Amino acid sequence: MKLMKTMMAATAMVALAAGAAEAKQLVYCSEASPAHFDPGPLTGGNDFDASSQTIYNRLVEFVPGTTEVAPALAESWEISDDGLEYTFHLRPGVKFHTTSYFTPSRDLNADDVIFSFERQYKEDNPWNQYLEGMTWDYFQGMDMPKYIKSLEKVDDLTVKLTLTEPNAPMLANLAMDFASIVSKEYADKLEADGNMAAFSTQPIGTGPFQFVDYQLDTVIRYQAFADYWDGKQPIDDLVFAITTDASVRAQRLLAGECDIMPYPAPADIETLKADENLNVMEQEGLNIGYISYNVTEKPFDNPEVRKALTMAIDKQAIIDAVYQGAGQDAKNLIPPTMWSYNDAIPADVYDPEKAKQMLEEAGVTDLTTDLWAIPVSRPYNPNGQRVAELIQSDWAKVGVTANIVTYEWTEYRERGKQKDRKGPFMIGWTGDNGDPDNFFATLFSCSAIGVSNYSSWCNDDFETAIQDAKKTADQDERAALYTKAQEIFKQEEPAITLAHSRVFMPMNKKVQNYKMSPLGSHIFKGVDIAE
Amino acid sequence: MLTYVLRKLALLLPTILGISICAFAFVRVLPGDPILAMAGQHGVTPERYEILKEQFGYNLPIWQQYFNYLWSVLRGDFGISLATKRPVINEFMTLFPATIELSLSAMFLAVIIGIPAGIFAAVKRGSWFDQFTMGVALTGYSMPIFWWGLLLIIFFSGYLGWTPVSGRIDLTFFLRPITGFMLIDTLLYGNWPAFVSAVRHLILPAVVLGTIPLAVIARQTRSAMLEVLGEDYVRTAKAKGMPPRRVVNVHALRNALIPVVTTIGLQVGLLLGGAILTETIFTWPGIGKWMIDSISKRDYVVVQSGLLIIALIVMAVNLLVDLLYALINPRIRVQ
Amino acid sequence: MSTTTEPPVTTKPVSGLREFWYYFSVNRGAVIGLTVFAILLICAIFAPWIAPYSPDVQFRDALLKPPVWDAAADPRFLLGTDPVGRDILSRLIHGARFSLFIGFFVVVGALVVGVVLGVLAGYFGGWVDALVMRVMDIILAFPPLLLALVLVAILGPGLFNAMIAIALVLQPHFARLVRAAVMAEKNREYVTAAKLSGAGHIRLMLITILPNCLGPLIVQATLSFSNAILEAAALGFLGMGAQPPTPEWGTMLASAREFIIKAPWVVTFPGLAILITVLAINLIGDGLRDALDPKLKRS
Repeated sequence: MKLMKTMMAATAMVALAAGAAEAKQLVYCSEASPAHFDPGPLTGGNDFDASSQTIYNRLVEFVPGTTEVAPALAESWEISDDGLEYTFHLRPGVKFHTTSYFTPSRDLNADDVIFSFERQYKEDNPWNQYLEGMTWDYFQGMDMPKYIKSLEKVDDLTVKLTLTEPNAPMLANLAMDFASIVSKEYADKLEADGNMAAFSTQPIGTGPFQFVDYQLDTVIRYQAFADYWDGKQPIDDLVFAITTDASVRAQRLLAGECDIMPYPAPADIETLKADENLNVMEQEGLNIGYISYNVTEKPFDNPEVRKALTMAIDKQAIIDAVYQGAGQDAKNLIPPTMWSYNDAIPADVYDPEKAKQMLEEAGVTDLTTDLWAIPVSRPYNPNGQRVAELIQSDWAKVGVTANIVTYEWTEYRERGKQKDRKGPFMIGWTGDNGDPDNFFATLFSCSAIGVSNYSSWCNDDFETAIQDAKKTADQDERAALYTKAQEIFKQEEPAITLAHSRVFMPMNKKVQNYKMSPLGSHIFKGVDIAE
Repeated sequence: MLTYVLRKLALLLPTILGISICAFAFVRVLPGDPILAMAGQHGVTPERYEILKEQFGYNLPIWQQYFNYLWSVLRGDFGISLATKRPVINEFMTLFPATIELSLSAMFLAVIIGIPAGIFAAVKRGSWFDQFTMGVALTGYSMPIFWWGLLLIIFFSGYLGWTPVSGRIDLTFFLRPITGFMLIDTLLYGNWPAFVSAVRHLILPAVVLGTIPLAVIARQTRSAMLEVLGEDYVRTAKAKGMPPRRVVNVHALRNALIPVVTTIGLQVGLLLGGAILTETIFTWPGIGKWMIDSISKRDYVVVQSGLLIIALIVMAVNLLVDLLYALINPRIRVQ
Repeated sequence: MSTTTEPPVTTKPVSGLREFWYYFSVNRGAVIGLTVFAILLICAIFAPWIAPYSPDVQFRDALLKPPVWDAAADPRFLLGTDPVGRDILSRLIHGARFSLFIGFFVVVGALVVGVVLGVLAGYFGGWVDALVMRVMDIILAFPPLLLALVLVAILGPGLFNAMIAIALVLQPHFARLVRAAVMAEKNREYVTAAKLSGAGHIRLMLITILPNCLGPLIVQATLSFSNAILEAAALGFLGMGAQPPTPEWGTMLASAREFIIKAPWVVTFPGLAILITVLAINLIGDGLRDALDPKLKRS
């Protein structure tokens, strides 16, 4: 009886606490623990969601829900006619976070911007290696060291960036997560204290939310930044509840333990959509799942063989069984939402009879090959093994024996890169900045052979088109070049373009104003929660 | 007794050395590349690769790498996680209480249900209760616990909605850890609703993890009890007309519990293994999940030091059990 | 067991076997276990003839069909189909092959290695004993599943590697058991007698001493058999065991885990199959122990 009373008192207390606390809290069931909170060296989407998209800003940012670039910390900018000089005018009066561990004495200025970039490529900068073995993956990956000639402070609120050669996607690059602006004042203080590692665990930024606490592998807590330059957020507290398993995330959302979650398992989407408290947003993903033939290997050096093998695959069955309908047949390398998408290209047809005939004409009988299956679930391909099983069974019907091979993920990519790799290699890509160059040049340029051109495919016409497109600033001209590139790609078929996955974002109906980012970020700026 | 302890400890030294060699060697022969594991979608340039290799000491001869490692471990430095760049020992210390809390709760359930069930089954040998309990125990002992956990989640959290799906406490409670043990922390804060929430989160994982130890303990208690009940002194006590209840309580129980205590101690290794599965299913932030995540992420430093720390803990517990056993059973010592 | 100086010759084994069967068959559970095991064995051996379909054939028109008692079922598939349209019943029947094979292989592997090491350690004692036992201590210091996981990560995921890893993890139990038994037996009169009559080391170890520790070994082997199946399934569940499309039960469960809400049967049946198999073997194990352990027999 006594226990009963205590229990009742406890319930009453909960009710009271709920009534008293006016704070609006949004709980996001995130898919993985962030490595840390300094976006510069990070690589994972989950890392960026927890750092750059909440705590930090960039000079320019993508307009929510699009890949369009808009002013952020830079109010305005000019680009010289030769495309080599970028002058950024910083927004005055931008405040850094004030937390229990740091109180800023000044607003954002040009020093912060220069520091944010210099630490990523100047090896004599003490912050270039402030964590053991750190790499600046994106900065390197986007070829920034090659393009940046100089970065100078003109005055306190003006910064000038000079390039070595014109690069049309540069502005979009600067909107990427790695280009987040950090506080030089905070860095100097930590350096003086001899506590540099704290830069990655106790972050200070200018973003809409400020960091409160992180319990390893469990929960990250933020609060809205009262002095945010674009006004305080409608919610007060933002919580990331780290939940690695997709089914468990779905269960938590259904049980009301969180308000919004990313990456539902395809199998759960139906159930989530059916729940009356939930709302499932969806969007085309800016990604591609594909299978690279090695065009230097016999008989895959013959485009007719490549086309025949593609024709032998029942892509619709893959989309049904693996993507569970959450995918869309890919006829081009870039997804349909991206500008310059060539819709005139006909979709791949499934015709095992004709495929068999084409193989015979090419003199290919009794082909036995390896088929590489990705060992992990990726946004562009939820289950590589299952895709491989389906293709194996399809190819068997045209007399091709496929042995499925796979390795641990890093090993897999290493082996896949080798120019003498045997067999078609399953892989994929998620766009970084919304520019077609980020797909075409990264994945199929001649210079990417041995890096990320898994087909070892180097076609002169294709190469000319994409290199010209990179140097041109005119959007229409670029679009025409990429349209042509897609035609060449289809004639040559260096890879089977499998599918673009659809991205789903289930959330409680209370969540308002959430916008899905085509780049796969999860952004809570401007999101409100109804009482 | 002291010589016994010293002898045991002396035997331990080569074992510990062996464990450190194993942990080190395992990680060296893991396929994959620690440097590449750190890089993302874009990879790493060959020059940078060489620099990093040197920085991490992977270019040194293998024996030198081992001695460097051993030396830093002896100084209490277990290395820095490749993924989070935080000291491994800090991560371990943050996550370990969660595993301990889960394991102790599981063991608690196993003991408070298993021992009485075993005693009762032994006393009522052959009854339907005995047969039923032992049937259930054997089923529990045969249970693939990862599957069992999933079933319980579907039923209790999904279908009935009685228990939370995962996590250690409701997210509305924001308590900075003091001891890291959720049950103790919530009480230290005097936050009763938080305590209730922590208990509710703990129940299912503890049941799942406790299933096999419960079955083992029930079976062990029963057979130990049966053996003791057959001993002369118990028969004598019975023959003298002592009430059966007193026979059980006074004579049989104490002697029967000695092997049971050992069994409990020996479950530690199994519990840590079970914790890997349980923590994975319930996304419980403990060291089991930490280890498996690190293996799949190829966080070499964490795998190496994690293995070492876990093995040392298992050994320490086994040693403790040995000593305890020797203490209650003096015959062991002279052997 | 007996301390007669003459090793038992012809009449004893028959009556021993009969006595053994008498005690074994008294245990109803053990008989049920044996029956279930026999059925599983038949399923495994004759899988291609018993199973309605090949385990790999994909019915693209019947993805994720529920079992027959459900209204939405497809009558062709008794227990429904999996995400790529394969018949679950057929996969389960073929899966019995893998599980029993795993159990068998692991036990034989662990037994052979464990017995050899245990006999060597127990018979020779001294530094051989110290060395072998320290190595066993090291293996036993790691939680078995964790060690198996790391070993599989090293060898590469796959059924065969998983079996090697599990055998290695289970083998110290045999070694310890045999060593203790050998040490207890080696100073008995019959061994001394054999030694005096000029028997060599190997003969003494394998023919004279070993048969006398057979009882506990058999019990331990049954235990390891069920353990091996469970551990292999756990590795499969963590993605480190047999690789899809192998119809191994743990792997089936893991690759279907995302369907737990939408299609619970793809998760339920493989788990149930594991449970039943392991339970049957453990029932047999209990029966064996009762029949072979003279102390428990009389109490």
